[in-house]
Amino acid sequence: MAAIRTKPDPQIYTFPGFGTDKFPNLMLRGAGDLDNWHLKTYEQKHEGYVALKAALKLEPVAVVEEMKTSGIRGRGGAGFPCGLKWSFMPKDTADRKFTRYLVCNGDEGEPGTFKDRAILEYNPHQLIEGMIIGGWAMQCAKGFVYIRGEFLWLVEKLEAAIQQARDAGYLGKNILGTGWDYDILVYRGAGAYICGEETALLNSLEGRRGEPRVKPPFPAAKGAFGQPTTVNNVETLAAVPPILRMGGAEYAKLGTPKNTGTRIFGVSGHVKRPGLFELPLGTPMDFVVNELAGGSSTGRKIKAIIPGGASAPMFDEKDFDCPLDFDTVKARGSMAGSGGLICMDEDTCMVQATLRLIRFYAHESCGQCTPCREGCNWMEMVLHRIEHGEGRMEDLDLLASLTPRIGLRTLCPLGDAACGPMDSALQKFRHEFEHHITHKTCYATGSRLLSTVGAH
Amino acid sequence: MNHPLPPDTANEPLAPGQRLPDSERKEFSPEALVEIQAIMAKFPDKLAATLPALHIAQREFGFVSLAAMKAVAQAIGIPEGHVFGVATFYTMYQKAPVGRFHLQVCTNISCALRGAAQLLEKVCEKTGVKPGQGPSADGLWSVEEVECLAGCGSGPCVQVNHDVYDEFVDEKKLLEVMEACKRGDYRPWAK
Ligand SMILES: Cc1cc2nc3c(=O)[nH]c(=O)nc-3n(C[C@H](O)[C@H](O)[C@H](O)COP(=O)(O)O)c2cc1C
Ligand code: SF4
Ligand code: FES
Repeated sequence: MAAIRTKPDPQIYTFPGFGTDKFPNLMLRGAGDLDNWHLKTYEQKHEGYVALKAALKLEPVAVVEEMKTSGIRGRGGAGFPCGLKWSFMPKDTADRKFTRYLVCNGDEGEPGTFKDRAILEYNPHQLIEGMIIGGWAMQCAKGFVYIRGEFLWLVEKLEAAIQQARDAGYLGKNILGTGWDYDILVYRGAGAYICGEETALLNSLEGRRGEPRVKPPFPAAKGAFGQPTTVNNVETLAAVPPILRMGGAEYAKLGTPKNTGTRIFGVSGHVKRPGLFELPLGTPMDFVVNELAGGSSTGRKIKAIIPGGASAPMFDEKDFDCPLDFDTVKARGSMAGSGGLICMDEDTCMVQATLRLIRFYAHESCGQCTPCREGCNWMEMVLHRIEHGEGRMEDLDLLASLTPRIGLRTLCPLGDAACGPMDSALQKFRHEFEHHITHKTCYATGSRLLSTVGAH
Repeated sequence: MNHPLPPDTANEPLAPGQRLPDSERKEFSPEALVEIQAIMAKFPDKLAATLPALHIAQREFGFVSLAAMKAVAQAIGIPEGHVFGVATFYTMYQKAPVGRFHLQVCTNISCALRGAAQLLEKVCEKTGVKPGQGPSADGLWSVEEVECLAGCGSGPCVQVNHDVYDEFVDEKKLLEVMEACKRGDYRPWAK
């Protein structure tokens, strides 16, 4: 058994003013304290399982309504309204009974994203409570938590926490006297980014290759083990207890009208204080990067920021003031995705950065669709030769002509995800690609992003 | 297209049998079989035990050899082809032997911005093995280049067997970790 982690991690979880009314702390209570995960701490210090007790007194539909009122949108990437998703689950009728499942997506593989891990590490009970409330709201028979294979220590921690919840009567048979039976099982992945995609995740959970499924049928109709299923991100489910504690209407006052609540932003790359910051949606990006994360760590200006995990198109300087909510980021041509901000300074070679990103997609493509499988590989090869001084000017048109042939032509959004970084880098930093082709060397002079020893 | 690409011999495909050597152990221990049975019983469908059983196989056999896959298929009672398909899909199942200390370096973008490429080169230099090359002569080390380990804020990150070092790993830190491994102050692979 890999022991439950005992050494603190150096991530930053707080900032001056965090925990006040302006910046409420709903998701990261006790983060940084390795003993925080115990049931006792959660109950005594963080209002643990208060929301569950209240929810079990409500009708399941009333809980779904409360989630709708809160306006919370999925934190896994697509930003789909959570209450609405929950309402899609079929209800039992006189002649048809369903076995429904709730699945928690803890695959967290998007480069630049490291938030779910903090919840699993420090507040596993908040996730468990959210999953029990969700299970009640949709009258599920079981909950599954799919956790990426690398998080072995977190799998063990979560299992220990689930056992504590079982012992306390929050899970198992006849939960708190309601007559409702529900349990949570943990499933460990084995290293495949694509298993974060919800239907690939379901295949993987069933013990298959993690290949995305054709939709429809959507998971709400036919999901895990052929049964109606809802898939939610760790952060979305962990937000459920605070929402029910404060009430949907009160939660909806946080953030902006169509983008309510708080979310955990992860800042990485060339900043002084990389870390996780929980902020109301709509907080401007430059505030997060400059004020909270301390600005550039290298003394050079920040040139590009990826606003929502590696799959989001990059922003250059003129969009650094963008408020971080789903709609505004989308309107400016990128996506809020998983909330991971990746900052690159002036000396970063954008050809190398793009090549590294595309190599990731080429490696992680599941290979089912030709445009994604071949297209990502082609983009990688063309970028590779540009990077190695063998590029030609036509290559830029070739690259630009590849993305429209991949995007929206594939089974799952991984193909589109690869196009975002490619297109945005070409549009915004074309001069660096041209410089690479004409001078056969980097435009920027920063340290290498690609190693000289073989890839994968 | 007649534009030559740099030769990439490192990744030349191997026949499955070549890449998946038979290991000496061919059967699960009784405890492992009990563990697999328990997992099969827990989930709505026994097929769901495929991934967990492969993890157990890796722990028991050291890596997921063809023999290990066969043992998994037999333990669950599912086709060998299914197990092969699953085992080859996921990167965490090592299909060839690895060293006692398997060093996995994240070189994805956030870590790369903080020197992951240079760290990977250092790892190769210190261990004497390249990514994907199999264990060093003394059987201690193997190296793999991996994708994001979800420690992006404090990268570069290195995972040694199952422990993640997400703490701005530099040369000094790396040498400390390697020293600890050599002293035996470290959990062995897959336990
Ligand atoms: C390639 C790909 C990778 C994804 N990876 C993740 C992931 O690691 N974690 C996650 O929660 N959602 C991920 N998603 C999004 C899920 O498909 C799904 O939208 C999400 O789990 C729904 O949860 P939410 O409604 O709570 O956001 C990914 C999607 C795609 C296309
Ligand atoms: S888009 Fe790519 S990852 Fe998604 S199903 Fe198709 S081949 Fe697989
Ligand atoms: S990019 Fe290295 S851990 Fe995320």
